[in-house]
Amino acid sequence: MITQRAGREDRRDMLKRIGRQIVVFGVFVVLMGFAYSGYKALGQSIDDKQHDWWVVGSVLPRTDDLNMPPILDILTEFGALQGGTDKVLGRLLFEEALFTLREAALGFAIGSVVGMAIAVVLARWKRLERGLLPYVIASQTVPLIAIAPIIVIWGRKNFGFMPWEWKDWMSVSIIATFLTFFPVAVNGLRGLQSPKPENLELMESYAASWSETLWRLRLPASVPYLFAALKIAATASIVGAIVGEISAGVGGGLGRRIFLEAQRYTTGPERLYASVIGSAILGILVFLTITGAERLVLGRQGREAIT
Amino acid sequence: MNWVRRRLGQSMAPVVGGVAILAVWELALLVTNPDGFVLPPPSEIIGAVFNNWDAVFDAARNTGFIIVTGLVVGVLLAVGAALLVTRFRTANEIITPLAVSMNAVPIIALAPIFNAWFGLLSPRSNQAIVVVLVFFPVFINTTKGLTQVEPSQLELMESYAAGKWRISREVRIPNAMPFFFTALKISTSLAVIAAIVAEYFGGRQDALGPLITQSAGLTRYADAWAAVLAGTVIGGILYTLAGALERVAMPWHSSVRTDRQSN
Amino acid sequence: MTTVAVAVSSCSKIFNHGKSNEVHALDEIDLAVEDGEFITLIGPSGCGKSTLLRLIAALTDPTAGRVEVNGKSAEQARLDQDYGMAFQRAGLFDWRTVSKNIELPLELMGWSRVDRVRRAGEMLELVKLPEFGGHHPSELSGGMQQRVAIARSLAFSPSLLLMDEPFGALDEMTREHMQDELIRIWAETNTTVVFVTHSIPEAAYLSSRVVVMSPRPGRIASVIDVDLGNRGDHTREDPAFFEKVTEIREALRAVEST
Repeated sequence: MITQRAGREDRRDMLKRIGRQIVVFGVFVVLMGFAYSGYKALGQSIDDKQHDWWVVGSVLPRTDDLNMPPILDILTEFGALQGGTDKVLGRLLFEEALFTLREAALGFAIGSVVGMAIAVVLARWKRLERGLLPYVIASQTVPLIAIAPIIVIWGRKNFGFMPWEWKDWMSVSIIATFLTFFPVAVNGLRGLQSPKPENLELMESYAASWSETLWRLRLPASVPYLFAALKIAATASIVGAIVGEISAGVGGGLGRRIFLEAQRYTTGPERLYASVIGSAILGILVFLTITGAERLVLGRQGREAIT
Repeated sequence: MNWVRRRLGQSMAPVVGGVAILAVWELALLVTNPDGFVLPPPSEIIGAVFNNWDAVFDAARNTGFIIVTGLVVGVLLAVGAALLVTRFRTANEIITPLAVSMNAVPIIALAPIFNAWFGLLSPRSNQAIVVVLVFFPVFINTTKGLTQVEPSQLELMESYAAGKWRISREVRIPNAMPFFFTALKISTSLAVIAAIVAEYFGGRQDALGPLITQSAGLTRYADAWAAVLAGTVIGGILYTLAGALERVAMPWHSSVRTDRQSN
Repeated sequence: MTTVAVAVSSCSKIFNHGKSNEVHALDEIDLAVEDGEFITLIGPSGCGKSTLLRLIAALTDPTAGRVEVNGKSAEQARLDQDYGMAFQRAGLFDWRTVSKNIELPLELMGWSRVDRVRRAGEMLELVKLPEFGGHHPSELSGGMQQRVAIARSLAFSPSLLLMDEPFGALDEMTREHMQDELIRIWAETNTTVVFVTHSIPEAAYLSSRVVVMSPRPGRIASVIDVDLGNRGDHTREDPAFFEKVTEIREALRAVEST
C-alpha cells in the first residue's frame, strides 16, 4: 500500500514511452512520404491520360517534378555540396538554424523575464490588473508576428544611436521578445493566482508577508502555468524569427534560406523543400526541449502539466 | 451606498486603464516627438485609416475573405478529423501527441511551397496556410474534449445501455464543446496572423500583408499600423462572433455565465 | 490554575454588510476556551462554525466584538505565531517534499536549517511517518497527507491548534485512527485545540467540551461537557460514549427544529 504512484513514473516506463513515441513519429514521417509519393503518382497517371489533374479542382497542387520534387531528391539534397561554398546543404541549414535559434532564444529569455515581472506586478496590485489585464489579453489578438517587417525595417534606420552596431537579428529578437512576453504575462498571472484559498490562508496564518507568500507559494504554484506559456512562446519565437527573417530579408537564418531558395525555386525545388523540413525540425526540437524540461521539473514533484 | 461606488469603480477600471494607455502612448510621443518613430501616436494611426480609407478597406476585404474561408475550412476539417480519430482509441493515443508536435512546426515556412503549388499571385496559397495553421489547435483541443470525459458519466450512460452514438451525443460532444470553443477563439487570431504573414510571401497585392510591408518600406509607419489595426479589428469581430456562438451553443456552461457576471 | 487561551466576547460577523445579499454569519458569540482544553464546534452547515474559527485565527475580522488569544488581540496572536492551523484539505505544497512542507512555518520564522531538519524529523515521528520525509505529497494517501498537515501545524509547538474539519475527507477507518493520533498528540503536547466538525461521534470522542451552534444567524445553542477519560477502541463501544453522542444529537435536533 505505502505509496500511491501518482505523477511519478519509473525511468523504465519513461524510456519505453519515449521510445514508442519516436517509433510512432518515424512511422508517421514514412507514411507522409508515401502519401506524398502516392498522390504524385496518382496525379501523374491522370495527367498522362490528358485529364489535367490539378485543373480539375484547382485546389490541389500540380504533380510534376517542379512542384513536387521526388522525395529521394529532397533527401539527397541535404548531402549535396552547394555552389559557391564548400559545404553541403545539411551543414548550411544547421548553421542557419543556429542563427535563427540565437535570435529566438535571446528574445525568448528577455520576454519570459519581462512577462513574469509584469505578471507579478499585476498580481500584487489588483487595481492595475483590473485596468490592464483586458488589454494584455486583447493585445494577443493583434497580429504581432505581422509587425515583424515593420520592426526590422525600422530597426535598420533608427537604432543607430545604440552604443553598438544594430544588426537585423536584434530586431528579430525584439519580435521574439514580444511574442514571448504576452503568453508568459497572461499565464504567469493565472499561475500566480492559482493557489487554493486554504494555501493562502495557511500563509496568512503564519503572518507571512506578501513577498514571502510570493516566493514560497505563488511562484512555485505558477510553474505548470509558466511551462504551458513557455511552450507556446518557444514555438512562436521560432516562427516570429523566421517570419522576421523572410519578410525583411535578414542576412541569415532559416528564414533567409527559405527566402533564397524560394527565389531560385525553378532551378532546384528540392532545396526549398529541404529548407522547410529543416525549419520544421528546429520547431519540433525546440518544443520537445521545453516539454522535456517541463516533464523533468513537474514529474520530479509529482505534478501534472497543464495543457 | 459604498458598494455601489465600489462596483462602479470595478467596472470602470478597464476603461480607465484603456484611456490611460492611449494617453501615455499619445503624450509620450508628443513630448519626445521622435522623428519617424516605428510606433506613431494613436491619433496618427486613426488618421491614416481615414486618409487611406479605400486602400485599407479593400485590403481588409481581400484579406478578410482569405481569413474567413481559411478559418471555416480549417475548423471543419479539424472537427471532422477529431470525430474520426476519436472513434479509434489507440489511433487517438498515437495521433494526439503527433499533432501536438506538428503544431510546433513553423507552418508559415510552407508558404513558398504553397505558392509554387497554387501560383504566386493566387489567394489559394494564403488560404492553404490559414487552413493548416488553424487545423492543429482545433483538432488537438476537440480531440481532448471528446476523449477526456468523466468516467462516471460514461458508466452512467452504459448503465442505461446507451449505444455508442447516443453516448457521443449526450456525453462526448457536450463535453467537447468548451474545448472546441476555446480553440475556435484562439484560431480566430491565428487565422488573422496566418493570412497576413502568408501574404508577405505571395498572393494578391491589394491585401493587408503587402500594404504593411510596402508602407513600412516607405517609412510610412502610420499606414502600416493602420493595416495592422484593420487586421486586429477583423480578428476582434471574429473573436466576438465565436464568443457569441459559444453562448448560443452552450448556455449551460459556467464560464460563460461568470464571464457575463464579472463584466 | 487555569488561564484562558481564547476569549471571544460578543462577536458578530456580517458578510456583505449593507448589501442586498447580507448574511448574518455570527451573532453575539461569547466563548472562553481554557488552556489545555479540547473544544469542538459542531452545528449544521451555515451555523458559522468555520467563520468563528477564522475569527480566532484572525483570518477574518469581526463586524463587532473582540477576540483575544493568550491575552492579546487575535491579530497580534497571529503575528506572534501563537497558533497552528489545519484545514479540511491537507493543502500541502505539491512542489515541496513532505519534510520541506513541515519546515515551511519554521523557514518563515527564521529557524536554522539544522534545527528545521531535526524538528521535521521529530514531527514525522510524532505522526508516525518517519520514512516519508523525502517523498512528495502526491505519493501519499489522503490520510497520510492529512497527518503531514497536522505535523506542519504542530511544528513550531504552538500553544493553540485550530482545526477546520481536518478529517472531513477521510474514510471512516482512517478517520478513527487519526482521531486516536490526535488525542495522543494533544495529551503529549499539552496543546489547546479548537476543532470544527460536523460529525457527532467525532465531537463526542475527541472533546472535553462540545459547543453546539445554531444557524442563521450563528449562535451558541448549548455547551456540553464531556469526560471520557483515557480514550481508545474500547471507548467507542462504551455506553458513556453513546450517551454523549445522544446528548449532542438531541441538542442538534433542537437546533434544527427551531
